[in-house]
Amino acid sequence: MAQSTHDHPLAEIRNYTMNFGPQHPSAHGVLRLVLEMDGEVIQKADPHIGLLHRATEKLAESKPFNQSIGYMDRLDYVSMMCNEHAYVLAIEKLLGIKPPERAQYIRVLFDEITRVLNHLMWLGAHALDIGAMTVFLLCFKEREELMDVYEAVSGTRMHATYYRPGGVYRDLPQSMPKYQPSKWRSRKEVDRLNETRSGSMLDFIDAFAARFPASIADYETLLTDNRIWKQRTVNIGVVPPERALQLGFSGPMLRGSGVVWDLRKKQPYEVYDRMDFDIPVGTNGDCYDRYLVRVEELRQSTRIIRQCVEWLRHNPGPVMIDDRKVRPPSREHMKGDMESLIHHFKFFTEGYEVPAGETYAAVEAPKGEFGIYLVSDGANKPYRLKCRAPGFAHLAALEEMVRGHMLADVVAVIGTQDIVFGEVDR
Amino acid sequence: MEQSTEQAAAGNAREALARTIEARVSGVRRLPSLQQDLAFEAEADRLLEVCRALRDTPELRFEELMDVAGVDYLHHGREEWLTSGATRSGFSRGREVNAPPDPDMPGRFAVVYQLLSITHNARLRLRVICPQTSEPVVDSLVEVWSSANWFERETFDLFGIVFRGHPDLRRILTDYGFIGHPFRKDFPLIGNVETRYDPEKKRVVYEPVSIVPRVLAPKVIRHDNRYEPALKAPELPR
Repeated sequence: MAQSTHDHPLAEIRNYTMNFGPQHPSAHGVLRLVLEMDGEVIQKADPHIGLLHRATEKLAESKPFNQSIGYMDRLDYVSMMCNEHAYVLAIEKLLGIKPPERAQYIRVLFDEITRVLNHLMWLGAHALDIGAMTVFLLCFKEREELMDVYEAVSGTRMHATYYRPGGVYRDLPQSMPKYQPSKWRSRKEVDRLNETRSGSMLDFIDAFAARFPASIADYETLLTDNRIWKQRTVNIGVVPPERALQLGFSGPMLRGSGVVWDLRKKQPYEVYDRMDFDIPVGTNGDCYDRYLVRVEELRQSTRIIRQCVEWLRHNPGPVMIDDRKVRPPSREHMKGDMESLIHHFKFFTEGYEVPAGETYAAVEAPKGEFGIYLVSDGANKPYRLKCRAPGFAHLAALEEMVRGHMLADVVAVIGTQDIVFGEVDR
Repeated sequence: MEQSTEQAAAGNAREALARTIEARVSGVRRLPSLQQDLAFEAEADRLLEVCRALRDTPELRFEELMDVAGVDYLHHGREEWLTSGATRSGFSRGREVNAPPDPDMPGRFAVVYQLLSITHNARLRLRVICPQTSEPVVDSLVEVWSSANWFERETFDLFGIVFRGHPDLRRILTDYGFIGHPFRKDFPLIGNVETRYDPEKKRVVYEPVSIVPRVLAPKVIRHDNRYEPALKAPELPR
C-alpha cells in the first residue's frame, strides 16, 4: 500500500491513519479502531467504543431488582448465565440469603455450560478470523446442543433469565425436547438425533460431557500443531505478568500471562470449593498460550459438569429459598388464597426492598472477572448498579498489545481478547 | 459447621487486613460495610498517596484496580411512594416532590474503586468523595494503575467527574458530540434528544425527545426492622 508514495507530493509523510470497523466482520461486533500506521506496522490504535451503549446500569436504576435480571443476559451475550450470577449474588449478599444446595449446584452446572458455550464461540470465531474455517463449523455444532439445554431449562436459547435471588427459577426438566420427522429429516435421521434425548436433561448433559472431550481433541488436531495457526499466534500480543496486573486483566487473559488466579479456586462461591478441577496457566503471555489455556478450560469445565450432574442426580430438593420476601407464591396458592394473590401482585409490581448498603460481588465469567457493584438505599430498585466487565479492561489494553505488530495481527489480538461488545459498551 | 469456621477465619483475616491498613496508610477511615466486604474512604487530597501505599506496602499489595464506579448520591434515600402515611387528597400514596434535592449538595459525587490483591487474596473497596459538587474533580490514578485509564474516562463521560492528571480524558461510551452526563440522577432516563432520518436534509437529525417520561414502578422504601443496620450488625463502626 505504501509503495505508490514515491512520486506523490506528500511522500515525506509516512504515517497514515486507517479506520477499522465498526462493520468489519473480525471487529467482533461494533468496534471502531482508528489505526495510525507506518506501512503495515501499527504505531497507535485508538478503539472507539460505545456504539452498543444501552445504559443498562441506568435502566436498572428505574426497575425493581428482579426485572433487571434479563438485562444481565444481554451484557455479555455469549456468557449469559454468568452475568446473571454476579447480579443475583450481589442482591443475595445485601439481603443476607443463601440459595439451597441444589440451586447452588445447578448454578455451577450452568456456569460451566456457559463457559463451554463461550469458549466454543470464541474458538470458532477466533479461528475463522485468522484463517481456519472448519473449526467454526465444528464448534457451532456442539454449541447447538448446549443451546438446547438452555432452551429446555429456561425457555430461551440465549437470554435465559434463569437465576433468581434465592435460587433458580425452576428445577431441571425431566425430559428433553425431541426432533420430529419432517420433509427434510427422515425418521432414521431423527432417531439418530434423538438418541441422547430419550432420558432426562441430566442424561442429555451427561452424554454431551462424555463425548465432548473427543471433540476438543478434534479442535486441537486442527489447530494446536498447525503451522499456520502457530505463525499467527505465537509471540503475538505478548503481555508480561506485571503488565497484566497493571492493566486490570482477569480470567484467561491473566492466566495466559502466567498469573495463577481463578476466583473459582481463590474466592470460591456457591459449591466450587467441592469441585475437583485444575487451573491451566500459560507461560509466555502470547495469543497461543491464551488459546491453550482456554482449550484446557473446556476440558476442566467438562469435568465440573460431570461432577454436578452426578450430584444433582442423587440429591433432589428445593431450588428456591423458602423466603416469602424474595419468592413469589405458587400459582396453586394464588388461585385459592386472597393473601397469596395480593402478595403475587405486590411482588411483581413493587418487588422487594433490599436493605441499604453497598457491596461488590464477582464471579469468574468465561472472559474474566465479571463483577457487580450494587448500591441500595433500602428501596425496591437498585440505587446504583455498576457492571465490571472483563472485556472493558482487556480492550483498554489493545493499543499496548498491538503496537509494533502488523495490521493482520490486530485481528489476532482482538480475537484473543475474546471481546463482546454487549459487555464492553453495556 | 465446617463452613462457619472457614467464615470465621476469613473474617479474622479481613479484620487483620483492616488493622494493617489503619496502621500503615494514613488519610483513610473505615466505612461500615457488610461482613464479607471491607470498605475504606480516602481523603480526596491524599488519594494518590493512599493508593501508592495500598499498592506498594508489602502486607497489602493491591496490585490490581478492578473497577472504578461513579456514584451520584443526589436522590439517595428519597422515595416516591408513601409507606406509612397517605396524601391528603385522593387515594394515591404517590409522594409529591415539594422540595427537589439541591444539585449542589455537598458530597453528591463519589468515586468508588475496587481493589484486588493477588498476593494476599484480598479485596478492598475504596471510596473518595469529590470535594466540590459544582465541578467534581479527583486525582487520576493512571500513574498508579494503568487500568484506571478507561475506567476514569467512563466515569468522566457518564458523571462529569474530572480526573486531574489523566492523559487522555475524552468521552468513551456516549455518542460523538453528546451533551450532558447521562448517569447523573438529574439526567432523564429517556434522554434529551432523539434522532431520526430527515428525508429532505438527507441525513440523521437530532430533535428534542417526544416521549413523556413516566414512572412505571415507583421507588418504595420500607423501613423493615429486620434490615435496620443497627439491629443487624451492631459491631460495625458507625
